[in-house]
Amino acid sequence: MKAAGTQAETAPRTTARAQPGFLGGAVAIAAKDLRSELRTKEALNASLAFSVVILLLFSFAFDPTAEETRALAGGLLWLVFAFAGALILTRSFARELPNDCLDALIAAPISAPALYLGKAVANWLLLMAVELVSLVVFGIFYNAPWTRRFWPLVGVIALGTWALTVVGTLFSALTVNLRLRELMLPLLVYPVLIPALLAAVQLSGPLALGEPLASDMMVWLRLLAGFDLIFTALALTLAETALVG
Amino acid sequence: MNALELDQVWKFYGDFPALRQISFELPEGVCLALLGRNGAGKTTLLRILSGLMRPGRGSVRVLGADPRDTMARARIGVLGHGLALYDELSALENLTLFARLYGLKDPRGAAGQWVERVGLAASASSLVREFSRGMRQRLAVARAFLHEPELLLLDEPFTALDDRAVTTLQDLLRDAVRQGRTVVLSTHQLREALELATHVALLVRGRLAYYGTRTNEMLEDPAWLYRRYGEAA
Amino acid sequence: MREKMLIAFCIVAAILLAYNLYVMLLVLPDEVSQGPIFRIIFFHVPSAWTAFLGFLAAAVASVLYLVRKDLRYDAFAVAVTEVGLAFAAVTLVTGMIWARIIWGIWWTWDPRLTSMLVCWLLYAGYLMLRHAVEEPTQRARIAAVFSIFASVDVPIVFFSIRWWRTQHPQPVVWGGSMDPAYWNTLFLNWIPLLLLGAAMAGIRLRQERRQRELEALRRMAHAL
Repeated sequence: MKAAGTQAETAPRTTARAQPGFLGGAVAIAAKDLRSELRTKEALNASLAFSVVILLLFSFAFDPTAEETRALAGGLLWLVFAFAGALILTRSFARELPNDCLDALIAAPISAPALYLGKAVANWLLLMAVELVSLVVFGIFYNAPWTRRFWPLVGVIALGTWALTVVGTLFSALTVNLRLRELMLPLLVYPVLIPALLAAVQLSGPLALGEPLASDMMVWLRLLAGFDLIFTALALTLAETALVG
Repeated sequence: MNALELDQVWKFYGDFPALRQISFELPEGVCLALLGRNGAGKTTLLRILSGLMRPGRGSVRVLGADPRDTMARARIGVLGHGLALYDELSALENLTLFARLYGLKDPRGAAGQWVERVGLAASASSLVREFSRGMRQRLAVARAFLHEPELLLLDEPFTALDDRAVTTLQDLLRDAVRQGRTVVLSTHQLREALELATHVALLVRGRLAYYGTRTNEMLEDPAWLYRRYGEAA
Repeated sequence: MREKMLIAFCIVAAILLAYNLYVMLLVLPDEVSQGPIFRIIFFHVPSAWTAFLGFLAAAVASVLYLVRKDLRYDAFAVAVTEVGLAFAAVTLVTGMIWARIIWGIWWTWDPRLTSMLVCWLLYAGYLMLRHAVEEPTQRARIAAVFSIFASVDVPIVFFSIRWWRTQHPQPVVWGGSMDPAYWNTLFLNWIPLLLLGAAMAGIRLRQERRQRELEALRRMAHAL
């Protein structure tokens, strides 16, 4: 493989090298995104501030101690999560634009689905962190005993957040080069997410107030899980198309 | 095996053909200078070779494989306009990330070695945000060469470089070719590129107006190629 | 689509519509419980069917575009989506008029109407996305991906809203049962709507093709 007749100082390696593999690549990307975000904290701070402000505003707009307002708990939480989430999701692929880093990632031997998955997981972790802090603030302002059903609530929030992340990260890839991307992303994501948001709100409402779920609520859990599965599969399938022109 | 094999490659933006009927073969271990005016299609062609875009029509083989094939991408090094460095990460972190993505066995070790090789050992843990243009250039080159690629694709690598940096890069590329690697670089800097090149391709409005070996004629009078085959540069 | 065909569609549609209106207003008696406004169903339901047909066609066209990379599939996708969106709007407005007259309220969160509203939002988003991308090949690719997501979402939306409404019932716009005598007129009115939809899509397709040609010429002029 050397050019004929030349003295090579170091022959180029032609032996098969270890491929990063799907999971290895995804983990490298997720770790990089998390490190970047934790260092700059731009999106994280904006997201947190936004969610606290919304929670505060709501408690001024609607009496937080009234029974009726407590019935809105699930809806309020997910409104906050959805809006705060958009801030983190838009940044997901937008952070790759300065210095043409996105090109280097797509050219690297990491498959588009692995690149997408790494970013989705990083977004999910960041979003969960913001949501847990929001839950604490919510618990304080609304006197909601959300820790009573802690694990079921966290489970539901994890599933709902994954729905938001899965669709949001892919649309972030889709809209990365567009003007008005910050406006476009939420407007595209929220309608698609309506079934998942509906399910998450139905499930989180009682749990956030410390109450158990009625048995006829299980249909919502199945819907949420189904949504997550279907859209994860769809996103992984379309990741390459979304990223490569 | 040829480093590049293009057969009747077209690329469309809507109905507008940015590349038309591009066909050529490039053997391994050579240096190709890709010339042409702005808008002639150089960047489009390089993006297709790097796997960032797919051709509209025709076939492209890079190191014997489809450019989107991960095994092929692992053997290709890419250096574009933007340098592809993360401002908020350190030099070492940048290189380690790409070392991981390119499947190197000891990512941190390789990153450390290359940081030293390009003379950035003192700033290894500093954030790239604080680097000068010259330092970024060196780090970007390290990133492109990190995984010992068999094929290097460079888009206007001499832009905004001072004389010393140009010479350093030329030496690096000359060594690469000597080691048997293939280099493809697109450029406006005719002289610097023609000094390195063994092969020359001229794109005029998306068509391959000239493809062949670099002659001494070209070296003595770089603009000759444009006068003969295309419009003035 | 040839111009003569488009004109022919429109003429046939106009004739059928005139006939149907005659039947609706003068021949059929008032429905027992709902009164004269019930006749709006002859536009409400076929419009919904046409809208869904449009969205389904768009989904198929989007997949075909991604497979074949032929911009004509993309042109078809945007044409039928726009037509679908128009008919969805008709469905929503006729539904709202009906609800206002029968129930006294403008919006009832009826499961079908609500699902149609979400569909409208999805496909309006598709059009908005297209406006944000200038380069035609990129626009076609991005729009196709979004269209596929939206299409997969539509059945899920329907199920979820239906379950939501069975758990929390609200006034329903149309129960679904109807005297068989009405079914004829219902289907008969669907035909002119389909013809109109096809004609509109045809016009839009021609417009897309001309737009692409202009684009290409403009680029070539710049390149000279």
